Amino acid sequence: MKTLIKSGRLVDPANHIDEKLDILIVAGKVAELAPNIDAGTAEVINAAGLIVTPGLIDMHVHLRDPGLEYKEDIISGTRAAAAGGVTSLACMPNSSPVNDNLAVTRYIISKAREQGSANVYPIGCITKGQKGEVLAEMGELKEGGCVGFSDDGLPVRDGEMMRRALEYANTFGAPVISHAEELSLVAGGCMNEGPVSTELGLKGIPWVAEDAMTARDIMLAELTGAHLHVAHVSTRGSVELVRQAKGRGVRVTCEATPHHFMLTDDAVRGYNTNAKMNPPLRSQADVDAIRAGLADGTIDAIATDHAPHHSDEKNVEFAIALNGIVGLETLLPLTLQLVAEKVLSLTQAIALVTCRPARILGIERGSLAPGAVADITLINPNKEWTLDAAQLQSKSRNTPFDGRTMKGHAVRTLLAGATVFER
Amino acid sequence: MDFQQKHILGIENLTAEEITFILDSAESFKEISTRSIKKVPTLRGKTIINLFFEASTRTRTSFEIAGKRLSADTVNISASGSSVVKGETLEDTARNIEAMRPDIIVMRHNASGACHYLAERLDCSVINAGDGMHEHPSQALLDAFTIRQHKGRIEGLTVAIVGDITHSRVVRSNIYCLNKLGARVRIAGPGTMLPPGIERLGCQVFSNLEDAIRDADCVMMLRIQRERQGASLIPSVREYARFFGLSEEKLRLAKADAIVMHPGPVNRGVEMASSVVDGPQNVILEQVENGVAVRMALLYLVSGGETLSHD
Repeated sequence: MKTLIKSGRLVDPANHIDEKLDILIVAGKVAELAPNIDAGTAEVINAAGLIVTPGLIDMHVHLRDPGLEYKEDIISGTRAAAAGGVTSLACMPNSSPVNDNLAVTRYIISKAREQGSANVYPIGCITKGQKGEVLAEMGELKEGGCVGFSDDGLPVRDGEMMRRALEYANTFGAPVISHAEELSLVAGGCMNEGPVSTELGLKGIPWVAEDAMTARDIMLAELTGAHLHVAHVSTRGSVELVRQAKGRGVRVTCEATPHHFMLTDDAVRGYNTNAKMNPPLRSQADVDAIRAGLADGTIDAIATDHAPHHSDEKNVEFAIALNGIVGLETLLPLTLQLVAEKVLSLTQAIALVTCRPARILGIERGSLAPGAVADITLINPNKEWTLDAAQLQSKSRNTPFDGRTMKGHAVRTLLAGATVFER
Repeated sequence: MDFQQKHILGIENLTAEEITFILDSAESFKEISTRSIKKVPTLRGKTIINLFFEASTRTRTSFEIAGKRLSADTVNISASGSSVVKGETLEDTARNIEAMRPDIIVMRHNASGACHYLAERLDCSVINAGDGMHEHPSQALLDAFTIRQHKGRIEGLTVAIVGDITHSRVVRSNIYCLNKLGARVRIAGPGTMLPPGIERLGCQVFSNLEDAIRDADCVMMLRIQRERQGASLIPSVREYARFFGLSEEKLRLAKADAIVMHPGPVNRGVEMASSVVDGPQNVILEQVENGVAVRMALLYLVSGGETLSHD
């Protein structure tokens, strides 16, 4: 089985490629990259006018499977991924039951293989039951396919426990992903603390709740020499802490979400529960800092924190609405928006959603060098379209971008050479 | 003028003209409560539901009496004993109530934004009787009415509001209302009770009561919730009273003819000394009396009452 992707502009930051090259795929792998490859017997995909990239990687996704399939499952979630041009994703362990044991890890991997439309890399729990008390069996989980460890949604409160988690995970070469939040400073807040929370009469979450924990975890990474990955940085201070830590050689990486570089807490006005997430939407100064962090390389990945919720869980009073928004299907256009606004070059932008998250997770993806698995996304960068939440592939509709005009989308997504999505 | 608002969700989205119109309308309703037969047929055949998810005596009774004096049928629903405890969502509760075809729902709820939520989903009028820490528009209107009654105007006055600013919906509505009517607003409270960015709503922030009330025309004291003691906002009610309570002596810093207000219920000896509560400058009971007139005006105006004939 041969496929030839013809006449596209190949942007493959891992291999420093940005030129018009054809890609010949044989048996699910990249066989050859060259201008004007002769099609021969291969099926030809005409990519003229399109950008061709390694399949996108979203390293922060909640698939809700097992246990919360009314929000999302592995089938719908990976279908949403494919529709967004995402071929690989890392799924957070806060399913029900949580992914703190090999049985859940195996279930996720096998269901994704058999019925999914994207590669799924599970993130295991740091502690059993995400309770922060006893380490999960990270060695076995890593062996079973977990690529990192996180108690996402719940910070590890105890400093000693986090220290041991970093040391232990490092034994097996896996990063610990920190959901950096000092709960005693969150203190029941439900949006960013600032003039908007004061005006709306909603209890605020101050930036220091994030910065304090980011600082602690960075110092623990420095102490232990282990790899810390800070999830969804949302504050100016967190970006600066990571920047400084990198400057002194600490093994720290971090990610930012599209909503944290596109929206401020102004979006909450009108008590919009689709603008409620954790960490919360912050101020313009924070948005600017995240953009600067993406531009100067401080931030290593753009990840969506795709967090599907049923409409019943959002269609309530703001204070009791659940946190989070869906993101897989808006990752690409919102990332390209940063290119349009000249915050990032196209190569930088694609690197943030391909090779750089791949490197963090240690997965062999995000590159189209000959011999690589042919996970490929074909992008029409100029297509203007309007997001209609009702049309999302995800089971859930919770997005603050509903009705927004976007530019650029995936027109075709290939997983190991096979088309899993076509627009 | 033609009053176009279907709902009263907050002062923030009312214009100065609309506020003045409400206050003027209240003037003409006030007289009804002084008659021997305190009832006019203005809202006969209308159904008003007071949907209260938080305990309230004053506000709920005031709205109920206001409705009854206008001949509306009023029904009170309180959260305890309602379907809320059975886990029904606010939307479902509201839709079930609306199915009984009320004309106005007056709601108090502990969640900020709950009245906006309701107004977006229902066809009937919604009046906010206090939502979380957000707004309490009828309170601000009755406060403005009371100030105007005593001072003859609001423009150019200095109003000091002292207490737990963070958790107060009364403050937010009052800041909007007084600003729109041309008064200067000062606020004061301990640092733990001053929310960030409050000055952007239109007020000057003080960290001590004395500076805030100096030469003020009105001093409005807020109720201190005793449970705040445990939440590390104040070390003790005793210390709070010492620094932020209004004594007779401190009151002398305000203008000699300053009026003292309180949205109630008062904690005697905490935010106000008993001698101030009972003193000559207090207008607290007038606020309560005016509350009925202002709420009659609100019920009347959101009903789209064409003529102001209530005889």
